[in-house]
Amino acid sequence: MIEVKDLVQRIGGQEILRGFSIPVHRGETLVLLGRSGGGKSVFLRHLIGLMKPVSGQVIVDGVDITQLGERALEPVRRKIAMVFQDGALFDSMTVFDNVAFTLRERGERDEETIRRKVRETLELVNMTGHEHKMPVNLSGGMRKRVALARAIVWPPEVILYDEPTAGLDPIVSDSINRLIRRMQRQLHVTSIVVTHDMVSCNHIADRVALLHEGRVRFYGTLEELSKTDDSVVRDFVDGRSHEAE
Amino acid sequence: MGLITLPGAVAVAFCSYLGQVAELAAETVRSVFAGRIRFGLVLRQISHIGFGSQMVVIVTGAFTGAVFTAQTFFQFARLNMESAVGPVISVAMCRELGPVLTGLMVAGRVGAAMSAELGTMKVTQQIDALRALAVHPVDYLVVPRALAMLISMPLLVGECIFFGIASGYFVATKVLGVGAAYYMANMYRFTEAEDIFMGLIKGFVFGLIIVFISCREGLYARDGAVGVGRATTEAVVIGSLSVLIANFFLTMALNIFFPAGVSG
Repeated sequence: MIEVKDLVQRIGGQEILRGFSIPVHRGETLVLLGRSGGGKSVFLRHLIGLMKPVSGQVIVDGVDITQLGERALEPVRRKIAMVFQDGALFDSMTVFDNVAFTLRERGERDEETIRRKVRETLELVNMTGHEHKMPVNLSGGMRKRVALARAIVWPPEVILYDEPTAGLDPIVSDSINRLIRRMQRQLHVTSIVVTHDMVSCNHIADRVALLHEGRVRFYGTLEELSKTDDSVVRDFVDGRSHEAE
Repeated sequence: MGLITLPGAVAVAFCSYLGQVAELAAETVRSVFAGRIRFGLVLRQISHIGFGSQMVVIVTGAFTGAVFTAQTFFQFARLNMESAVGPVISVAMCRELGPVLTGLMVAGRVGAAMSAELGTMKVTQQIDALRALAVHPVDYLVVPRALAMLISMPLLVGECIFFGIASGYFVATKVLGVGAAYYMANMYRFTEAEDIFMGLIKGFVFGLIIVFISCREGLYARDGAVGVGRATTEAVVIGSLSVLIANFFLTMALNIFFPAGVSG
């Protein structure tokens, strides 16, 4: 469904992605691991056309979206939802209006239907009762839940998660991981999760990739990850820096 | 070497900036003609831009009209031309002071708010979130502001002109002792409908300049809070200077169609 081929991206003279290639299979959860600042989020932004690569292709349902303009990308973006690292909620709107935004923008005019769908979606992400709060009054975990609700209120085929557990305590992280798993089970969506959190990876991944120096260093299942003897991959999985104390 | 390349770099940066503003304007026009107008947002922006700017525009127009009347009276009184103060005030308010003062006030109040709001949305990824939700930022953010500005600016200019002339009348007739009948008669005699049209056309153009410069600054903001502050400052400075510069060219061009002092 999604295939990334030889993606190259440079930012400020630095080559972030150096021929990054990866397939994403329909209905599975792919976790992309990598060190902070390694280009994981940059990769994710290419999948929805928020960035144009220097070269390479991002093929979604047979169409190379790197060649599409902003308007032509809109149908692709209706199929692929993104949950940003800090939620990127519209800070001038309440939780309710943030979630209802997608429905209203896609032509839903019946306020009763909008209220029902928003209520159901907030229930799905355990955010019932917070409809009238402003984003500034929410915790980090709550903001991510609302961002997820906004992404799924119009059911997508693919959900992109940018560091969904970053900055959250282990309990909230666990609830977010369960939520991602539940989304996949209930909505049958394809999920691509960018993270450096191994606990999260072990919880949600069907397949794992490791981004190292702009390329895919490892691609396989969790079982294959646990058995690999690649020292770079092992260092990441085991959390070893090799720096002197 | 630096001294040689500097003018070239400045010229390139200037052309690039103009290109970005023109591209934004063209995309806005395309959106409007494609019918991608959110009327609810347009109304909200009219309330913010038009209704919210009234007080500052009224006070500016009224006190400038009052001061201008007093100064003109002091000079004209030496020539025994006190009754000529009325037409000077009304023509100046209609052709120059009304639109320019309104433009500067709106650039300061609304331009700053627009660039700060859009800039904050940009640096907090809210504009990326819009794009990710298949909503074009120009459709959602720029079109309502541009339409609201087009509707509001001529009305604000009209308001500024009215209060400038009214306060001038009050100061001249009630404070400085000019005969009200002479004042009004001369004002009617020398003020043409073209003078008012000229002011309203200028307001319309200044509105477009302010909205596209402010939105461009906001949409291109980067580097966090510092970047938003920079974008806001630049929106006000560039917007105000553009209003003043455009005013000169508009005056010269519009004077061909509405020549001053021909009739009467």
